Amino acid sequence: MSAPLPKRIIKETERLQNEPVPGISAEPHEENARYFDVWVDGPDGSCYEGGKFNLELFLPDDYPMCPPRIRFLTRIYHPNIDRLGRICLDVLKNNWSPALQIRTILLSIQALLGAPNPEDPLNEAVAKQWKENQPEAIKTAREWTQLYAQKK
Amino acid sequence: MDSDIEDFNSVASSDGFVEDGGSSFGGDDSDVQIDDDFGDDAAFETQEKDLKAKKKHFEVDFSVYSPQDIQDQQDKQVDEVAGLLEQPKESTAILLRYFRWNKERLIEQYMDNQEEVLSKAGLGQDMTTSPPRIEIKDDFMCDICCEDGPGLETFAMKCEHRFCTDCYRQYLAQKIKEEGEAARIKCPGDGCNSIVDSKSLDLMVTPDLTDRYHELLMRTYVDDKESLKWCPAPNCVYAVECGVKKRDLNRIVPTVTCDAKHGFCFGCTLADHQPCPCSLVKKWLKKCEDDSETANWISANTKECPKCGSTIEKNGGCNHMTCRKCRNEFCWMCMGLWSEHGTSWYNCNRYEEKSGTEARDSQAKSRQSLERYLHYYNRYANHEQSAKLDKDIFHKTEKKMTLLQSSSNMSWIEVQFLESASKALQQCRQTLKWTYAFAYYLARNNQTEIFEDNQKDLEMAVENLSEMFEKQPDQLAGLKVQMMDKTAYCNQRHIILLDDTAKNLKEENWQFNTTLS
Ligand SMILES: [Zn+2]
Ligand SMILES: [Zn+2]
Ligand SMILES: [Zn+2]
Ligand SMILES: [Zn+2]
Ligand SMILES: [Zn+2]
Ligand SMILES: [Zn+2]
Repeated sequence: MSAPLPKRIIKETERLQNEPVPGISAEPHEENARYFDVWVDGPDGSCYEGGKFNLELFLPDDYPMCPPRIRFLTRIYHPNIDRLGRICLDVLKNNWSPALQIRTILLSIQALLGAPNPEDPLNEAVAKQWKENQPEAIKTAREWTQLYAQKK
Repeated sequence: MDSDIEDFNSVASSDGFVEDGGSSFGGDDSDVQIDDDFGDDAAFETQEKDLKAKKKHFEVDFSVYSPQDIQDQQDKQVDEVAGLLEQPKESTAILLRYFRWNKERLIEQYMDNQEEVLSKAGLGQDMTTSPPRIEIKDDFMCDICCEDGPGLETFAMKCEHRFCTDCYRQYLAQKIKEEGEAARIKCPGDGCNSIVDSKSLDLMVTPDLTDRYHELLMRTYVDDKESLKWCPAPNCVYAVECGVKKRDLNRIVPTVTCDAKHGFCFGCTLADHQPCPCSLVKKWLKKCEDDSETANWISANTKECPKCGSTIEKNGGCNHMTCRKCRNEFCWMCMGLWSEHGTSWYNCNRYEEKSGTEARDSQAKSRQSLERYLHYYNRYANHEQSAKLDKDIFHKTEKKMTLLQSSSNMSWIEVQFLESASKALQQCRQTLKWTYAFAYYLARNNQTEIFEDNQKDLEMAVENLSEMFEKQPDQLAGLKVQMMDKTAYCNQRHIILLDDTAKNLKEENWQFNTTLS
């Protein structure tokens, strides 16, 4: 039906399953090996601690020349993630390198949860709150984690 | 008078990018035609010299460059700086591109801290010693495709981020073809800032991409320089250099013309929009876009005769309408009687502010502001549309004249007065159109009356000339002298208007009811 899977994707998938990254899982779909079901744990000490976040990840045809497409499915209160779950992260855009991998990208996303950057916002409203009243923003982020994320 | 025409045409000979490319008459020939007719007058000749020496207020200095000129400029600068820095040309080119062709800043910083500059620009210090080359590797896995077979062809720059040549090539193709990058393509290694130099590119880029790559390098060179801009006309290859800076744009409308005769504004690269400053053009276009639904009906092609109510379609650029049914003659713009326009051309170009009584009611006020906008928009849109219709008529006439020529013994050169007339109409309407956007933002002071008079005079001259185009082709040959006179008059009025508005803009005599941003 579709072209054979490139060696690169086969190797990456194998490694993701044989040597999983702690706190991150990525399972390819049975019917589409380019589509991954991803779960990322909120980093300890962050306002997302205790929650498991669901993401979808897709490897386009020109992967790895182009970055994977990835978005949050679980609702999350974060200045760099918009309501549709899209993520503002340099390595997913200008700083993508074909030498980067799914696992490195997922680690970057986890790191972004630990260090929100309201100076480069994707979600203006959340970023504004983050800058003007950080304690309140963090409280909301915790509440949303309780409300929408899966318990760890 | 003829000198004015000549002078002006050499500056802004086109109405925008709409000019038909391969027209069979050259624009210059038609100007010569006019010159020839007046040229034997000695008085005109001396005057011409005087006027030529003095630059008009609406003119700016500029130079036009071909792609070859641009290449030569780059090469010259690379040579110059390479000698100074004692770096090979490839590295110097990267450095210059990294510093966006700011030679002085590069040299200064290089002298200050050579190592830092080289590493910031992605150049290893020892770039000179060994040229890049493809290496065959046996115990190697490419991180991009995961190939690890023996005898793999690989490539790496000084930074030693090594990948198989297939992946490297594919990566460069992606950058050049899909992302339009050239001057600052980075090494595919994660987080590596090394910039792929031209020698490596020559080695790695497939021949089908070389042209595109060099074209992109050229693009970046022009884009990096504030004083250089590409002609915005589609597929035009020329670049224009002009010293007018962004901060000058509230006082100058820098109109330039490339060697293919495309006139455009150097400030915003839109089609010639004299006398309106760039910031007002931007505001006006935005406003028209926002209000287009309300205003759309205005620019419709049909109107009802104010006397008998039958539908009249506008089929030429001229605003002098005659109702086929009742023979009522009226002005398309104001729907007023044409007879009243003949001598005084009553306030067709000027919006009379309504008396204060109406303004008291806030609703009336908003209606009035819409009405005021529509007044100017109507005239703006009308000239835009008329320019198109004038052009259509000209092309039709041109065709008929060609037929006529082959049946009579009129020579080809003799009908070029039509081309001149058409060109003048296009240019003048382009300006008239923008005078209405300008007027919309203009606050009344003692300068505005002169402006409105100039606008009115040019408008009348244009409508007079435009009207002649509606004559039957077989009559036109006999109207040659008359038409040439009217063309010359249009061009003269055009220059007077442009010069006056430009002078006052420069001297900041205009007051606007909005801020120039
Ligand atoms: Zn490879
Ligand atoms: Zn590198
Ligand atoms: Zn051009
Ligand atoms: Zn402009
Ligand atoms: Zn009528
Ligand atoms: Zn009128």
